[in-house]
Order: sequence, then C-alpha cells, then structure tokens
Amino acid sequence: MKIQEVHQGRLHSPFYSRLSALDTLNQWHEWKGYSSADALYCEDMEYFAIRNATAVFDLTPMTKYRITGPDAPDYIDRLVTRDMGKIKPGRVAYAVWCDDRGQVIDDGTIFHLREGEYRLCSQERHMAWLQTAAIGFDVSIVLETADVAALAVQGPTSFTVLSKMGLDGLEDLKPFGLMNFDFDGADLMVSRTGFTGDLGYELWIEPGKAELLWDALFEAGKLYGIRAMGTHALELARIEAGYLAAYQDFLPADATVRAGRTRSPLELGLGWLVDFKKPNFNGRRALAEEKRRGSTWRLVKLDIEGNKAAHHSYIFAKEKGNKREIGFVTSAAWSPVCKQNIAIGTVRMPHGAVGSNVWVEIYYQREMHWSRAMARATVVDKPFWFPPRRSATPPGPY
Amino acid sequence: MTDKYDAIVVGGGHNGLVCSALLARAGKQVLVLEANDQVGGAAVTREFADGYSVSACAHLLYQLQPSVRKDLSLSPKLAAEDMTTIALGENGEHVRLRRGTVLGVSDADADSYRGFHKRMSRFADLLRTYFNKTPPRLGTKDFQDLKTLGRLGFDLRRLGKTEMREFLRLIGINIHDELTERFDSPLLKGALSLDAVLGTHLGPRSPNTIMTYLYRLAGDHGRVALPAGGMGSISDELAHVARESGVTIRTGMPVTRIVVGNGRVVGVETGSGERFDSLTVISNADPKQTIMQLVGARHVETGFTHRVHHLRMKGNAAKLHLALDGLPAIDGLSKKDYAERIVIAPDEHYVERAFNPAKYGACSPEPVLEMTFPSFRDSSLAPTGKHVMSAVVQYAPYDFKGGWDDAARQAFEAAAIRAIERYAPDIAQRITASELLTPADIEREFRITGGHWHHGELTLDQFLFVRPVCGAAQYRMPVDGLYLCGAGAHPGGGVSGAAGRNAARAILSREKAA
Repeated sequence: MKIQEVHQGRLHSPFYSRLSALDTLNQWHEWKGYSSADALYCEDMEYFAIRNATAVFDLTPMTKYRITGPDAPDYIDRLVTRDMGKIKPGRVAYAVWCDDRGQVIDDGTIFHLREGEYRLCSQERHMAWLQTAAIGFDVSIVLETADVAALAVQGPTSFTVLSKMGLDGLEDLKPFGLMNFDFDGADLMVSRTGFTGDLGYELWIEPGKAELLWDALFEAGKLYGIRAMGTHALELARIEAGYLAAYQDFLPADATVRAGRTRSPLELGLGWLVDFKKPNFNGRRALAEEKRRGSTWRLVKLDIEGNKAAHHSYIFAKEKGNKREIGFVTSAAWSPVCKQNIAIGTVRMPHGAVGSNVWVEIYYQREMHWSRAMARATVVDKPFWFPPRRSATPPGPY
Repeated sequence: MTDKYDAIVVGGGHNGLVCSALLARAGKQVLVLEANDQVGGAAVTREFADGYSVSACAHLLYQLQPSVRKDLSLSPKLAAEDMTTIALGENGEHVRLRRGTVLGVSDADADSYRGFHKRMSRFADLLRTYFNKTPPRLGTKDFQDLKTLGRLGFDLRRLGKTEMREFLRLIGINIHDELTERFDSPLLKGALSLDAVLGTHLGPRSPNTIMTYLYRLAGDHGRVALPAGGMGSISDELAHVARESGVTIRTGMPVTRIVVGNGRVVGVETGSGERFDSLTVISNADPKQTIMQLVGARHVETGFTHRVHHLRMKGNAAKLHLALDGLPAIDGLSKKDYAERIVIAPDEHYVERAFNPAKYGACSPEPVLEMTFPSFRDSSLAPTGKHVMSAVVQYAPYDFKGGWDDAARQAFEAAAIRAIERYAPDIAQRITASELLTPADIEREFRITGGHWHHGELTLDQFLFVRPVCGAAQYRMPVDGLYLCGAGAHPGGGVSGAAGRNAARAILSREKAA
C-alpha cells in the first residue's frame, strides 16, 4: 500500500517568497493551515495603502471549492438563500447559507465561472456540509484551495496598476464581474471583488505563475504606491466596509453547540440575501416562520461617541438604570478614514432600529488602572465606508 | 389530460387503501394510483406455479387493528385463527406456544413463560394504544402534542413503579439476555428469539429486540391468523370498501414523480406521462423512495434529505414458496398441526449464528424459518390433494456480497430446504415447483426500497416520535400537501392499517384546524 505523503507543519502559499522578502516584522499566524502575515512592516501604513493607493493581500489560504456537474445550478440554488438563477456566468454573488433551522453556517462568494460551473469561497471549511447537501444531486465538489493562487489588489489606484500591467479592457469590469486574461500563457482570472469596501480586484491564477504575477504587479504599481499587507490592515478595512467575519460577528451554525448562539441571515442584516420567492432553499421554512414571528436578534452598525474603541462591550438601552444589557459589540475599531469610532454589534429585538440611540459600555486602561465610560452610539444603516469609486465603472484614474 | 382530485394516494398498498377509504368517507374525491396490476402492495395473493397460489409477501395476519376493522366495517375471512406456534425439535419433541401457554417444556419454564407473556402483553397493550394515534412532537407547545405526551407519561406511570422500571429497562435491550435469564428450554428460547427478529436486520443479541418483540405482540395480543384466500383477500376487501366509499382506484399506473410547484405538491405524474392534479398527495411508498425519487432532494432541505438518505431499511428476510404434491412428513406432528405456524429456530444461539453472516453481506448457511401450509385449510390455493408452503426465511441480506443472481438464490433456497429436511426428510421429493424472493426481488416486485417489509428498520431511533425521521413523524412531510401513509410512518409495518388510518385522521384534522 502506498502511503500518501502529507505536508507536515504550516503551508507556504506560492507568494511566500515575495511576502517574506518584504517582511520586516516576522509576525505570522495560521490561517487554515497556511502561514499568513498579521502585518509585514507596519499595519497602519498597510491600511493606508488600501485607502490611498494599492494594497496587495495574499488570499490563497481562503477556502475554495469547485462545484460542477449537471445538477450544479440546482444544487447551488438550494444551498444558498439568494436566487442564484439571476447570477449569470461571469458574475460573482455574495451569499449566505443556512442549515434547516435557518441558522447561518457561513457567508462567502460564489463565482459563476462558466455555464453551470462554480467556485465557492469562504473563510471556513465546509466539505462535510457541502457533501451532505449533495445527497440526491449529480454534482462534484472539489477542494481547490491549493490549486489556485489568489491575490486581493485593493485601493484607489488598483485599477491603474492593473491596467499598467497590461490588463486591457478591465475598465468595463463592473463590481461582482469576472474577466479572464492571458498571463504568460496562463489563464488569469480577475474579479472585481474584495473585502475592503473600496475599489479593488481579486486575481486568480495557477500556483506556478504566482511569483511571476506578483513581480509584474509590483513592477506596474511602483509609481502608484503599491504595498503588500497583512490581515490586521484588512480587518480594519472590513469593519469600515461593514462586512461580517465568521467566529466574530456570528458563529457557524454547524460548529455551535449552545442553543441561541447562532444567527439567522435576518438577524445578521442579510435579509436582502434571502429570497422568499424561491420555492425552496435550506432554511426556508424556518426563515419564513421567523419572518412571521419576528427575529430574536438584530445586527447593528454603531457610530459611537468618543474615540475609545468599544471592543467586546456590552450594549445598553439607556445610560443609567439598566436592568440588563440588550446586546454586545462583536467588532470594533477607530476608523482613521471615517474619523469615527465604529462598531458592529448584535442586540435583542426590538432594540437597535436604524437612527435610534443605544449606550455602549467601554472599559479602557490608563497606566494599569481600568476605567469605564458609557458612550452614546447611533445605529446607522449604511456601511461606514462606501466611496463612489468602489462601484464607478469605468473606475477613475488615481 | 389532467384530472383534479382532493387527494391522490401514491400506491395501493393496504395502508393506502385504508387511508383513501377513510378520506372518501369524509367526503373527499380520492384517486389511488397503483403501479402493479393488482392492489395490495405487499399484501397480495398470486400464483407462483401453475395452480398454486400463495400470499406473495406478507402471509400471516398479526396486526390488523380493531380500530381499522371497526372504522371500515371489515370482516376478513380467516382460514385459521389464533394459531399455535410449533417450534420444531429433534425426534419429534416439539414445543407449542399459544397465548400464554407453552407445551413441551419443563413446569418451571411453563410457569415462567406465563409470567413473561403476561408482562409483555401488558407492555404491548400500552404500545398498541399509541399505534392508533399520531405520535406527539417533542418540544412544541401544541396542545394535542402535549396531551398525547402527557398521556403517554401517565400511562407509563400507571403501570406501577416496578413495572414502569421494568418497561424502561427492557425497551432498549436485547431479547437474548431476557430469555436466557428466564428459560431453560432451547426450543422456547429459539422460537421467542425468532419472533423478535422476524423481518429485521437484527439478531437476538442485538439491542432493541425486546421492542421488536413487543411490536409483534402489540398487533392483536400476539394472536396470529391466516386469511382465507391469502393476504390478497384482505387487500381485495379493502379495495372493495374503498370503491364503495367512492375512491377511484387505477392499477398499472406507476407514479414516477410527485410534482412540486412553488414549494408545495400540485400533483403526480405517471410513467406513461399522465398528469393528475391535487394539492394533497399521500404517499404509500416508503419514505426514501418518496423523498429521494418521487419528490427529489431539491424540493426538501439538506438536513432532512440527509436523515431520509440514511434511514436504515435493508431487508434481510426472504420469502420461500413451495408447490408440494403432498404434505411433508414431520415427526411428531399430527395432521391438524399443519394448519399451525411452524418455526425452525432450535435455540437462541442458532438464531444469532444465522444472523452473523448477514452482518457481512452473506446468507445464513443454516437459516431460520417461519412456515405455514395455507392450503391445508384453504383448498383454493392449490389443486386438490396438493399443497403450498409459504415461509419467511432469514437471513438473506439485501446487499448480498456479489449481488443477487440465480446462483445465489438457488444456494440460499437449497440452504432453506436443508434446514427443513432436518425435520421433514421427504420435503425435497414433494417439491414440484418453488420460488424464492430475496429482499432484492421484494424491492423490485413490491417497490420497497431495500426490500424491508417495515419500510425502515423498527428500532428506537426510527420509532414513534422519530419515525421515519425527525421532521416527518406526524405523517406530514416538509413539503406542503405531502403526506406519508405507509409502513415507513408510525407505527410501522405488518398488515395493520394503522399508518393508513392515522394518516387519514391527521390529514382531516389538519384541514379542520386550517
């Protein structure tokens, strides 16, 4: 019997040689088996590259599944809550999928690569669920994380950089669109997607061409402020964009033990992704019932007074005299670009209507001693950061 | 062509017929579509050799519920009633069981059996009450659910402290332990073991076999009867009652698809492409076939599909039919004993050993048998002076290693004949024709996935609140307008009509509530 060699220890992405060459901090963490940098030289500078120039992030470790087969369209359509029939080949959809109780397992992006052929990308691994969901369908689901090298190229000058690199016609690419280019004889797929809420693209290529692509990209971006970034900068950008992170703003339902700790898409502000016109999808019956009966939780985006980030704070209805909290903050940051103290949190219904005020209890430390402040927060509707350039087609030159 | 009905029943098995008749009596326009040329499903009589007929699948009547008899005013003609079970022993020393009495064992065993039977009957009676009810859902605030659940708790408690404990101790365990604790007679233990494992993928040492024993006992206090004209006569009577009640029955119409439109059933489609519209479709097919083939996974949700897909429903019982030119000579049997139920299960270890190979996809080299000679009291089944034998033979696993072919079938039939020969040496010379139906044949002929006569193993994880699976235990499937009325639903298999009756009542009460 032949024993397949299994890689021991952390994996290196095909971009590792280039990332480690730029790395001065030696600050790495594990991301689904891969080494991934927290930051390479300065997380603040990396963050400002996203908002003012171009930042490049290695997203190879992101979980990617290739879903094909005669029943793939029906399969995908039942899997997620939104109507995938409307997502034509060459388009990408942000989607969320639920268990039978209508509780979110994860969110992610689904690329309709070619007619009936999909790539599903998510933070977490989901092979068990995807296989279970495949019972009764003629589909093939293949984990292709290691077979695709991927880079996020995000920021106002990203379009210019990619054009300089020779990607002609990219100006026509709309948000959530896909384009394919020839790159040194290989297929380079470019999607106008990202996790920063800014103008930006994601590049997908075979691992053998990864370093070549990196070099071409950085050569083209030299005069446009291109920088590599780590996950800390990205985390700040995604909170500004109002995007959710699994295990932070919600727990994957299939990995949660305690009752009441999971969330439905309606409770995560993702009701716009739930298409009740679709006759069937996982969680539909439960979600229809929830809609009728009312949700327990509501996700809120908070604009908080002051400048102390409200990490892990309880949320209260009033400043004083509260019997108990109404919720808690799940992600918080001081946003340099918005000059706002922002947070994403979850509160019990009926609290947290858009425009209403809640109070956030912030603990902070000054020279060892802890202090506590109650800060007024306003529930806002829109993402904190949503520049027009994010969706302008063609994107402006910067 | 499209016709509109209030309800369409997919499959004219006995449960489907009971359900349709009760719905029609409540004023519904009901259509029954049966794939085969005769109704009855696994409760049919058919000719297997020139002039010889036999109950093709189910052959003994254990379970026909009094409630069903009463509701539909049935009066089935019986060729034999309250049959004695004769466990064949060496040298003509047989053991005979009927109700609580046993002959051919020591006084101590006879005493012990009386007590055992009394207790088991009491537990079985408790179960039987719930066979005729929709099982309650757990964790709801629905009044009916809470009432039934409360009643179940009360009924359990009413057994008395000792007996309730005994019930809870026994319900999950294996019958082998209980039998060895109580009895000495190997034949008695063998016969009771056989009763517990008939029709299941379980051996007497498998947990849960007390429950299957109770299930058998619960039908009609353990009384066994032989319908005149074979089991088909029961179905014929049911079909007659259904037609009288206004049900339209069409045979030779295999439903190939339950049509779902906009998240609810809207009708069915048959093999010939005919479409029938109805907002209520009741499937008498097994749950796996209903969901995975007829409805399609895309119309239900993942967790549910997963549960249905993993239903344990691989049959293990083969059916052997013999055309005989005369009754075989069995040492120690008087003439009239041939009217009784005769079993070959010499001891409890023999039964377990017969089961062993079945775990690994092989057949028992020394199978256990439940035999009847229905022609003995019912001359319509065989030419004058000739006889038929109908037997359940275990174990012949559905997923036989290498697949069921003629050679495998012949080999198992030969093993069955050898087992009979030990007691009836002339059996081989008497055979003029024979037929063996393996679970694979039963699957094909009676359209039961896995050829399992209960449409799903009768074990605690597929019983009562969770039969066939969570989310469908109240006859209602998670597609609006779709119901289940066959053996796969509560309470389970056997010619009882309980599932069909309960389903009809669930549908009608739901309509009333709406």
